[in-house]
Amino acid sequence: MDRLWAWLDDRVGLEPVRHLMAQKTVPRHRHSIFYYLGGMALFLFIIQLGTGLLLLLYYEPGVSTAYESVRRISGEIPFGWLIRSIHRWSADIFIGVLAVHMFTAYQMKAYRRPREVTWLTGVALFGVALAFGFSGYLLPWDDIAYFATSVGTQVAGVFPLVGKALLQLMRGGEDVTGATLARFFALHVVVLPFAALGLLGLHLLLVQRHGMSVPPGVTEKGRPRPFFPDFLMHDLVGWTLALALLAALAALLPAGLGPKADPFASAPADIKPEWYFYAPFQQLKMIPAHIGPFEGEVLGAVGFAVLGLLFALVPFLDRRAAREESSRAFSIAGWVVFIYLVGLTCYAWLH
Amino acid sequence: MDEHDRPLSPADPTPAGRRSFLDWLLGLSAFGTAAAIVYPVVHFVFPPPRPKGRAKGAVLAAQTSELAPGSGKVFPLGTRPAILVHTPDDKWRAFTAKCTHLSCTVTYRDDMNMIWCPCHDGRFDLTGKNVAGPPPRPLAEFTVVLKGDEVYVTEEAERG
Ligand code: HEM
Ligand code: FES
Repeated sequence: MDRLWAWLDDRVGLEPVRHLMAQKTVPRHRHSIFYYLGGMALFLFIIQLGTGLLLLLYYEPGVSTAYESVRRISGEIPFGWLIRSIHRWSADIFIGVLAVHMFTAYQMKAYRRPREVTWLTGVALFGVALAFGFSGYLLPWDDIAYFATSVGTQVAGVFPLVGKALLQLMRGGEDVTGATLARFFALHVVVLPFAALGLLGLHLLLVQRHGMSVPPGVTEKGRPRPFFPDFLMHDLVGWTLALALLAALAALLPAGLGPKADPFASAPADIKPEWYFYAPFQQLKMIPAHIGPFEGEVLGAVGFAVLGLLFALVPFLDRRAAREESSRAFSIAGWVVFIYLVGLTCYAWLH
Repeated sequence: MDEHDRPLSPADPTPAGRRSFLDWLLGLSAFGTAAAIVYPVVHFVFPPPRPKGRAKGAVLAAQTSELAPGSGKVFPLGTRPAILVHTPDDKWRAFTAKCTHLSCTVTYRDDMNMIWCPCHDGRFDLTGKNVAGPPPRPLAEFTVVLKGDEVYVTEEAERG
């Protein structure tokens, strides 16, 4: 082992890597548990890459093949149901973990100088993850997939000025058709993976550069924990548990498949999007058709977009945190929005 | 050293005016190149409109025997779904089946005698008027013609 290392070091120059591993530490304090969330998200993303690549061996895009190929994956291919179910469950959990990771980073004010760019790449990664989920949802081409995509793209279409063009761009025409399926497929397996890997590389590089941030006003308990091997071992325990959870979920609640999409059938009565779109979905359902001179859904869609934008720009808005002072207003606003979104999500879940 | 790889320095004899002109020219050609790439790509990504699949004349939507009073059926009218309704008081009406909210396909609910959109619980009465939920406008209505026991719907005579 040592000889192999020496041989490689001689040719590749591994010493900086060893140096980095020895240097990297993670602070210890009462919130340090949240430092595991990023690593968990990374693990689930790797699961997505692996299972996604396997699904690609049998998935065939196209209106006359997509549904049939997914049925074949779930029904005929040995362990196809397992791979497919893990891809779905891991997608759902991945986005949940990312959401909590973002929320805790927000509440720990980890967006403070000099980590603004780290924050922005993180928010962009969350956008990419949502796009992964939205585009993946259409791929099986069953009735729920079809109508969920119809509604979802129509929401994009209500935006003032750019809406119409955005709608055409997403659908590849006026309606959801095979052209939409082709674009969503290309997005899901080529564009988004490249975007995600690029952003992730930058995100991790910056985390490396700056080290972990300690929230203002929190006292560290003792010396920081060495990343290698202590922290990584804890990570590994979490990852193993996650893998077991995924396997259990896939076995107990495998991914289903509805009737094939039919543009000339009514939408199924129990139609719902993926859980991470429950909040905007419920909002759209409850908002009145007209509010003053505006149409309800326009206000709803623009409202969510503005919220997302404010969230992305928070490092530049929170001037107090930038001066290492406590900024209660931002903490409280964070909780209010969080509770609002969780409330809407639970409400949609129960109905 | 030849003319080209001479280091640029304050002592550079190239007159300032000529230098900024060259910079400008370089910027212009960079912009031109970018535009020559972006323009076709943007147009490639937006497909040309397909010939509007307008149904020519009347479409046979159903047989009268298919739909008892108080029922409805979604059928293709051109490239879009439409809904044919046989009302409890024995009238025939047809509307676009695309919800005016976010374009889900509506369905007939015989338990409420309404046209219902499952996507966000939008409701329309049997004249197509939006009566509850988020839909902001009524459903556009088409003309229905009965010929013997066949029900025809024409898209051209659309009103509303
Ligand atoms: C964060 C990453 C990802 C998320 C959130 C995600 C999400 C999804 C979702 C929700 C579906 C629908 C699954 C179904 O109904 O079966 C799907 C399908 C699919 N995904 Fe992904 N995905 C991700 C990454 C990838 C990657 C990296 C690839 C390949 C390189 C991939 C390949 C596929 C394929 C081929 C399908 C269609 C097969 C099927 O529907 O069973 N995915 N994805
Ligand atoms: S799409 Fe019909 S109620 Fe929303």
